Parts: sequence; C-alpha cells; structure tokens
Amino acid sequence: MLGWELPPHNSGGLGVACYHMSKALALTGAKVDFVIPYRAEHPEIDFMEIHSATDLTPLDRYGLGAYDSSTVIDKTFSKADINDLKDMRGVQKRYVEYVESIALSLEPDVIHAHDWLTMEAGIRAKEITGAPLIVHVHATEFDRSGNESGNQLVHEVEYQGLIMADRIIAVSNITKNIIIEKYGIPADKIEVVHNAIDVTSFDDGYQYDLSTYKYLEALKDEGYTIISTITRFTIQKGLVNFLRAAAKACSRYDKLVFLLVGDGELRDELIELTTDLGIADKVFFTGFVRGKQWRDAYSVSDVFVMSSVSEPFGLTALEAAYHGNAIILTRQSGVGEVLNSVFRYDYWDEDVLADQMIGIATSKALKDTLKADVKKEYSKISWFDVAQTFIRIYKSMQKVGIS
Amino acid sequence: MSKRGIVLYLHAHQPLRVRKYSVFDTAINHDYFNDSVNNSGQNNEQIFKKVADKSYRPMNAVLEKLLATHPEFKLSLSITGVFIEQAEQWAPDVLESFKRLVATGRVEVVAETYYHSLAFFYSLDEFERQVEAHRAKIRELFGVETQVFRNTELSYNDSMAKWADKHGFKGILAEGWDPILEWRSPNFVYRPAGTEKIALLLKNYRLSDDIAFRFSDKNWPDWPLSADTYNDWVNTSATDKSIVNLFMDYETFGEHQWEDTGIFSFYESFINKWLENPDNTCYTVSGAIDAFEPVGEISMPKTVTWADTERDLTAWLGNSMQQEALRYIYSLEDDIMRTNDQSLIDDWSKLQTSDHVYYMCTKWSNDGDVHAYFSPYESPYDAFLYYINVVRDLRWRLHHYHKTGGLNG
Repeated sequence: MLGWELPPHNSGGLGVACYHMSKALALTGAKVDFVIPYRAEHPEIDFMEIHSATDLTPLDRYGLGAYDSSTVIDKTFSKADINDLKDMRGVQKRYVEYVESIALSLEPDVIHAHDWLTMEAGIRAKEITGAPLIVHVHATEFDRSGNESGNQLVHEVEYQGLIMADRIIAVSNITKNIIIEKYGIPADKIEVVHNAIDVTSFDDGYQYDLSTYKYLEALKDEGYTIISTITRFTIQKGLVNFLRAAAKACSRYDKLVFLLVGDGELRDELIELTTDLGIADKVFFTGFVRGKQWRDAYSVSDVFVMSSVSEPFGLTALEAAYHGNAIILTRQSGVGEVLNSVFRYDYWDEDVLADQMIGIATSKALKDTLKADVKKEYSKISWFDVAQTFIRIYKSMQKVGIS
Repeated sequence: MSKRGIVLYLHAHQPLRVRKYSVFDTAINHDYFNDSVNNSGQNNEQIFKKVADKSYRPMNAVLEKLLATHPEFKLSLSITGVFIEQAEQWAPDVLESFKRLVATGRVEVVAETYYHSLAFFYSLDEFERQVEAHRAKIRELFGVETQVFRNTELSYNDSMAKWADKHGFKGILAEGWDPILEWRSPNFVYRPAGTEKIALLLKNYRLSDDIAFRFSDKNWPDWPLSADTYNDWVNTSATDKSIVNLFMDYETFGEHQWEDTGIFSFYESFINKWLENPDNTCYTVSGAIDAFEPVGEISMPKTVTWADTERDLTAWLGNSMQQEALRYIYSLEDDIMRTNDQSLIDDWSKLQTSDHVYYMCTKWSNDGDVHAYFSPYESPYDAFLYYINVVRDLRWRLHHYHKTGGLNG
C-alpha cells in the first residue's frame, strides 16, 4: 500500500479509509506493507508494517497537505529540490526514491496506490518489481478544485497514473464517471468499490459529553435544531451555498443553528459571509477538532449536511449517521450511492436545502424516521466486504513482467 | 340453479399528486396540485393524459367490443371522484366511453369514497360525506345508483361491513386472504359477521394477481401466460363453486402491464374462451349477490387490505411520518368545515387521498428494494416534506379565516 497518511496523523477521510481497508485486509489474511511520507508513532496499528519514507514529523503533516494541491509549485521532478522538505514535490520525490529502494525486497504481489500523491511511486514500483499496479482513486483533481480547473501538473500525474494502472478502483460511480469523462479511461478498467464504516471502532466506551457544546445543548432545550457539517473548508465542499441556504431557512423558521466543524483556506471568507447574511449569531465555528470534541460534534447535532460540490465518497456522512443524525447530501456526493434514507439536493439548489432543513426541524416524525432508517442502512456496510472485493481483484490480476 | 360465473371488477383511480411544494410556497401560493413542469413526476395533467392513452382508451375499447360481442359479458367498475374530476378536465372522451359502458346496463358502478381516502379510520363524518359525494357524482354522471361498496385499497373490517349494511348497501368487497378464510374458498358469496342483509364478495387473489402482478414477470415460472392456460385455471378454480372474483386495478391494463406484454389481447381472448363454455357466465357484483345466497359467515375484526404480503394498512400508516401526516390533516376537519369555503374544503379533501401517504412508505427502502413500489418523488422523505408544507399552508389559510391559533410549526 502506498498512502499519504494514517490515523491519528490524518487530516481527513483518506487516512481513515486507508486505515480501515488495510486492517480488514490484514484480518482477511493479507500481508500489508504501508508506506507513508513521514515518521510517527501509530499506537493502534499492529496489523501491518508501516514504512516511513522520510524522517519528517507528523507536525509537518499539514505542511504536506494530503489534499491541498492548490499550493503545489509547478515543477517537475528533475527540478524539485530534494532537500526542500516543505515543498510537496520534494517530499513526493523522496517518497518515490524510498519506494524504489525497498520495492524489490518487499516482493509485493500487488501494488495498491492511493490518489495522485503516490501514483508516481506506484508506477516506479510496478516498473521495478513487475507487480500489477492498482490505482485507488479517492478524489481527483477535478473534485479538489471545485468548479475551478485545478492544477495542471496534478492532472498530468493523475492521467499518467490512470494510464499506467492495471486496474483502477473508484470510490463511487461519480468518481468513475469523472475518470471516464475527464481522463478518457475505458470504463472496463475501472471498478467501483464504495468505502465502508467500521462501527466497532466507535465502540470504545465513548459517551457523549453534554458539557462539550453546552451552549448548543441549551439551545436544543429551547427547541432549536442543530444542523452541522464536519469538513475541510475548501471550495470543493460547497459551504458558501450551504450558508446561503442556512440564511434562507432562517428567514422562514428561526429555531435553527449551524455548527461548522473544521478548518481550511475558506474559513475567513465563510465567517465574513455569515455577517453579510445576517446569521452570524446562528453559525458556530469550532475550528479543527479531534477525538472527543470531534465525536461530540456529531452527537450534539440533529442534522448533518454534506454540501459538497463534488464529493467522491464522503465518509463523514456515515459517521454522522452512526451518531444519530438525519442526513442531507448533495447529489454530487458518492456516499449517496450506498444510502437511501436521506434527503438529496443539487449543491447549488439553496431553496431545496433550506426546505429540507426546515422540514426536518419542524417535524419530529420526519427527523426520527430519517435517523432510524439510515441507521439500518449503514450498519450493513462493512470494510470486510470491501476487503473481500480487493482480494478478488488482486487474485484476478497476473504479474505483468518486469519492463 | 344459477350458472357459475366470473365477477370482473376494475378499480379506476388517479391521485392528484402534490407538486414539489416548498416552505417558500407556504403562505404564499395555495396551488398544491398544479405542476406544469414536463416529466416532473407530479404533473397530473400530463400523467392523466398519458395513462388515458396507454390504458383508459384502449381498455374501454376492448370492453365495449366484448359487450357488443357477448350478451353475457358483464363487469363492475369503481371510479373515484378525483379520477372523474381529472377526466372531465383533460380527457372528456374517456368519461364518455365510461358512460357508454354503463349505458349498456351490464356494467355496474361500485360505491366508494370520493377522494379515495382512509377517512373511515379517522372521521366517520368525513367518510360519510365522501361516500355521499361519490354517490351523487355517479348519479349525476351515469344516472345510476350504487348498491355495492368497496373502501379504499379494499380495506375492510367487521365494523365497516356493519356500517355498509346499515346504510343500505347490498354488498361489500374485500380481500380473500387465506389466514382469514382458512379452509374456505373465496369462490362463494358470504355474509359479514354481525350483519343482517349485506353480502360479502372476496377477491380470488391468486387468479387476480396472476394478471395484475405476475402477467409480465419473466421470472415467473408460468410466464408467458396464455389465455388458454389462464382459462383452464379459472375453470378449475370455479369447479363446484359459484363465482370467481377477479378484482384488480383498472390500470393493470396498459399501465401496469404495458400493451406490448399482450395484456389487452390476453384479456379479450380469455373472456371469449370463458364464455365458449355454456356452463359459464359473467356477473356484476350485484348480479352475483342476487344469484347466490351466502354460504356462511366471515369475520375480520382487524382491517384487511389488498396490499402487499401483509394485507394490512402498513403501506399507508406504517411509519410515524404517515401517521403524523394523516393526524395533522384530520385534526383540521372542524376548522376547515366551518369556513364553508369550497376551495379550501376541496383542497383539504384532495389531501386525504391515500396515495399521498403511500408515497411516504419506507418499508421497502429499508430492504434496499426501492424500486418495489411506485412513487413520483425521489424519496419517502421528500413526499412527506412537500405534504407537510402544504398542511402548513392550510393552517395559514385557516388562521386567516378564524384569526386564531393553528400556526404551530
């Protein structure tokens, strides 16, 4: 496995997905070697071997930015300065060189690379070992850049990775279609494997602490409905539309408050927007939270909105469902392919979102039915089924020979 | 000794679907059913015209032809008030063809609630108003009196039979469900428990559903079903019995089973074959009751319907959204009636049509089988959302009338 992050040093869903799929694969009997670009303790990981490509600390994690391709300096490998640790391309180059150095000794049956960050390393590993390359697409540059064009260099890396892959795994049909339409990859090379949720990982004695979001609890007692989203504040996430819909909803029904959990480049702009819209007192920004505060954010909220302009999957929706939220998703979110008991809207359709939020807030029956029904659905989605699918895919692939 | 016969009964209905009525319409726009968007799924005019072409026109032509060919061919129809209103606006020729059928004297019209509602279970006053409104509409349109009653979705229980008995109906229709019938056959006339004069006709669901549900199912071992085979089955079922009650939705013909499945020619040739045998005939529902005495008494203390494997009301009242929606709508009854505002009363009545809550059913989506039922909405939750926004608008209008209360939520 070639990845960019693992919990607890992740900045989003990619690390979580990599962790759970590796764990399920290991428990299914596969031997997993996982390469990451930094060095750190992973106290909960004993089911696979972690290989650190550099001696960077996890503190440098955010400097690397698993998702943030907008700051990539447009230079090719030959120009990248191998000693410039803060530079993404530099780190990627060191990552490739590390993979080149260990690839043969690991004798992989298959190389499983996650997203553009590790695609070049995957291609090199395939060239060196002759093992088949699986490129697992959690997000494309088209998703990360929202409606903008994205970084051309990243597009090229993605295109090359998709071409060189022996098999492509997409986390949703939405992503599969992007790969077909934007990169011109034949459909039969791509297999959709949806992410899952490991409910047992939540079953760790956690109890919701009412005092974490005490003010919000007080509002709930007064009949307010808490509508949350937990995400990175990037253009991909559609938060401007979300806040506009929030303002529209408040104009019709004012017992609503909005909890925006996370951080990102759009934070200041979003705060400004709430004042422009006159709903600043109804929107709560927590910043980036982890652990208990993160889980309590799910627990305090009644409704979870995934407002993404383009969301390849969207694991947070499953997490929110686990914590008893009614779920609203954009039609542009891949997780909608595995959930039926949800509201859906187009990310730009603020009136529809406002209507759905008010509908849930003003009808206990609707809220309760949504919560109960979606619980029945996510509990059927298992990482072990995902691992079984991977094993089948691995076995179907033959060594392609050293080139 | 009367001849054994098939009792053909078709139920014609189209709901007035609620458009995508949002919270931004509430208290501003009071039109709930007028969606002019093409293929929106809630464009009632477009849907009615489509079904008229696919089902009502061709099937009525088949029925007219059979009536002209066979003096013994008879059948019964129920046509809801909301259907008639839509036909009057958008397909008057369809209504004319129904009139021609009834004018033969061999097509009986069955009584029911005007709005295809579940009012019996919520408000007896409203229920009786709707039955009377339907009787009056049928009288006005066809010049006939209804004599046999069926309630929405063939829902039935002992107290409904007693009600129909007391109100002068000579017969009532229900599902011939095995757990109720046990060893008894649905192919006889029965008497509902605790009644004096009324007769009970029970749907032969196997033979009815062979046509209504299974006819075009390629996974069904008996697909494709020929008229010969089906005629054999019906003859076998009728052996030493009085009647075979074939009750189904009118829209089975052409809408649920499309023309290219051969459903029209199948039906026509089945009738031809059935009537070839001189021992066989057809009855209207009243005709069957006149021809045969009840052979025994049947009790259904709990409500039985013709829906799903459960044969109960859970498709309409199974979840809390459905229960809330109907509780809200019926709680408005007194305030609505005392406005004497006919357009408000009409809107409220149209919202009682059972289809609205059927679209909110979640029992299939939980099995992941979301395509097992038909709904014009993306999800049951959307159906509820639009409906509840309309309920709020009704409250707002009432608030305007009565200058008090009613705006909670």
